[in-house]
Amino acid sequence: METKTQNMIEMRHIVKDFNGFKANNDINLTLKRGEILALLGENGAGKSTLMQILSGLLAPTAGAILVRGKQVDIKDPNTAKALGIGMVHQHFMLASAFSVWENIILGDEPVKHGKLDVKAAHEKVTALSKRYGLAINLDAKVADITVAQQQRVEILKVLYRGAEILIFDEPTAVLTPQEITEFIKILKGLAAEGKAVILITHKLDEIKAVADRVTVIRAGQGIATLTVSDTTDNQLAEMMVGRHVNMKLDKSAAKIGQEVLHVSDLKVNEARGNLAVKDLSFNLHQGEILGLAGIDGNGQDELVEALTGLRRVKAGQVIIKGKNMTNKKVREITELGVSHIPADRQKFGLILPWSVADNMALQSYYHEPFSKHGIINFNAIHEHARKLIKQFDVHTTDENLPAGELSGGNQQKAIIARELDRNSDLIIAFQPTRGLDVGAIEYIHQQLLAQRAAGKAILLISYELDEIMQLSDRIAVLHDGQISGEVRPADTTDRELGLLMTGAKKEGR
Amino acid sequence: MFNLSEKNKKFLVPIVSVIAGFLVGAIIMLVWSYNPIQAYGSMFISALGNMNGIGETIREATPLIFTAIGFAIASSAGFFNIGLPGQAQAGWITAIWIALANPNLPKYILLPVCIIAGALAGAIVSGIAGVLRAYFGTNEVITTIMINYIVLYLCQYLMQQIMSPKLRVDMDATKAVSANGSLHLDWLSNCFGQSRINAGIFLALIALFCFWWLMRKTTTGFEIKAVGLNPLASQYAGMSAKKNIIVSMLLSGAFAGLGGVVQGLGTYQNYFTQTASLDIGWDGLSVALLGGGSALGILIAALLFSILKIGGLGMQTIAGIPYEIVSIVIAAIIFFIAINYVVGLLFSRKAAVKTPTDHYPTNNQTVTLGKEEQL
Repeated sequence: METKTQNMIEMRHIVKDFNGFKANNDINLTLKRGEILALLGENGAGKSTLMQILSGLLAPTAGAILVRGKQVDIKDPNTAKALGIGMVHQHFMLASAFSVWENIILGDEPVKHGKLDVKAAHEKVTALSKRYGLAINLDAKVADITVAQQQRVEILKVLYRGAEILIFDEPTAVLTPQEITEFIKILKGLAAEGKAVILITHKLDEIKAVADRVTVIRAGQGIATLTVSDTTDNQLAEMMVGRHVNMKLDKSAAKIGQEVLHVSDLKVNEARGNLAVKDLSFNLHQGEILGLAGIDGNGQDELVEALTGLRRVKAGQVIIKGKNMTNKKVREITELGVSHIPADRQKFGLILPWSVADNMALQSYYHEPFSKHGIINFNAIHEHARKLIKQFDVHTTDENLPAGELSGGNQQKAIIARELDRNSDLIIAFQPTRGLDVGAIEYIHQQLLAQRAAGKAILLISYELDEIMQLSDRIAVLHDGQISGEVRPADTTDRELGLLMTGAKKEGR
Repeated sequence: MFNLSEKNKKFLVPIVSVIAGFLVGAIIMLVWSYNPIQAYGSMFISALGNMNGIGETIREATPLIFTAIGFAIASSAGFFNIGLPGQAQAGWITAIWIALANPNLPKYILLPVCIIAGALAGAIVSGIAGVLRAYFGTNEVITTIMINYIVLYLCQYLMQQIMSPKLRVDMDATKAVSANGSLHLDWLSNCFGQSRINAGIFLALIALFCFWWLMRKTTTGFEIKAVGLNPLASQYAGMSAKKNIIVSMLLSGAFAGLGGVVQGLGTYQNYFTQTASLDIGWDGLSVALLGGGSALGILIAALLFSILKIGGLGMQTIAGIPYEIVSIVIAAIIFFIAINYVVGLLFSRKAAVKTPTDHYPTNNQTVTLGKEEQL
């Protein structure tokens, strides 16, 4: 019988190289039986890559994986499954028209005489749900149960397939606080039954509540593995965000002008109808960059969509340049002088099969000189694109190249060129440097600072603390749809921001 | 892997499909001991071997061009307009009815009025599906297919119960329209061996140009394509999804309606009882897919379809091959287009799974699929 101290998983010196970009760079990880290991890191730190390697979705460039002490080659998800590795994804993969038990056995059905053995299936699933305390109505349709219950179905699915090692990818992102308490109980129950659990998260309080050890990853590198009971929140926050990198940008003193954006008591629902933005108020002036810091999923998407007219505001007001723009159409807001650099450049920012030229006209094609009486002047569109390509240093063969064939950095430059060229008074930049290399990041930061010097108001929403610290004149920290604190970059530390981001309220000064 | 660029693929897929379709047809003929070379030979001879055959082929292609344009516009915007038969039928009966009711109006008034009314009738029929989709999110595939049935039997009712008996020959057919309401041109028909080729082909060529111009040169076309390729980005750019759904469906139905108009005023000169949804609707769908949704592609595909259909009659009379074989060849071609479409879809899905998702947690699978869907 295996002992409690046996290493279920050992990942040694894992490297994953995506065309020169090292998403994982020499990461070590060990996981023991009956243990809950937290994997802590910012977005893009390489947590998911590491777990995708473990679950057979990606092959490591270098490094070794040992499962129960034996070196293995996890070449596909089936191998991972055979080794007893199961993953509960952040986005559930359930057939909503099927019942709970049908979903659990789907793909692994007990068969008797060529027919589905309903009784055996029921018995097996019932036994599992009792053993692990995962109470759920097996005959309910998945479409009719809550998200927390759906998560239980996902867990049962993994257990049904005999998983010994369970990986949870940001499992609490979709749960309410009460559901999280329940979920933590389930996790502890699994560990007590001898399962080994990896919990991907960036919520410090959860780690404190449930994990035995924590492995911190930053920028693809393993920073440390610590025993949770010996660490403090501060220590973890500092390790996660890393110390302030002094990449000094040439930043002039702010020349604050008139108020451009005023948001008061804003409430916005997310897709499922729960409040994602809760009573949010802030303002923004000419010549100022307001940095909205925070961890992904704390209402950023909904806030930006509400400000730009893509999502309905439930309550509160959005006042832009003195005009009430609450629930106005996207185009009315754009026309008033708002530029929007979207977080997902491929999904929102570009029409990938279209040429760079067409994409650069996406926000202005209906205006002269690009069109007149509904007829497009492609010469003007191409000329405009050539000018922008030069001015913003977009690396492309020419303006006819499909936007999808540009590199990520150049796609982003094309969007930034389009948005900044419109000379808007308010620029909403959401994750403007996501996934870009250092050179492109620097360029985009300089462009944003140039806009600030030109008296534009810039709302910068980012998950990168460094970016927020370097660019912002003021920093507001978003947590759970509310501002948990507002600070000035000069008077704050990464540690303080890290705490605010995880929900600790700012103490009064 | 597919190393073909999108552009090459667009050309290659239909050509490979057509060749594969012909091969399958040949195999089937061999299985039933017919000589495929003789059969295909007689097919091309009867469709293209004399002026009458050429005229009939062009005549057959005329309505297909219109219905194919109709399908292509809706599909550019990301909608699958299955209602082409009903829209065409509405255009047909409307044009005939107006022409019959006003036989003595001068040609230069009557003909344009009939044509425009037919287009409007098609647009109204498709507009219902467009409005339902825009305001209630109703799936347009379901609504258009159901509206086909409504139109099919409504037309029957209109002709038998509402239309003045004076305009009908009997319960199942109307009288022929007067010369003032007809697209028939003596000189054209004479040029092509007394075939039923008519002025509709000129209208079809104009329509192809309008379609090309609309999609390539206007802001309306720009928006329709943007919505079809990436609905999220078009919303981000302030385009109205509702407006584009309705505009593209109205245009789609108008062109399909015109297909019915040329069928009525050109080919048959009257309206008669239809027992099933119009073939020109279904064939237009295939023509649009085969033609890759481009104006030139639609023209070529419509002619090819017509060669198969008209030549198929010749295969029957000259080579003694059942018309069913021709149907199999046509079906095989469509089948191979569909297969290529599915293969392309599979490839893009496989590629999407292997992209590093750490940096783009919302991977662009939907965008890639969207690209495939426009075909």
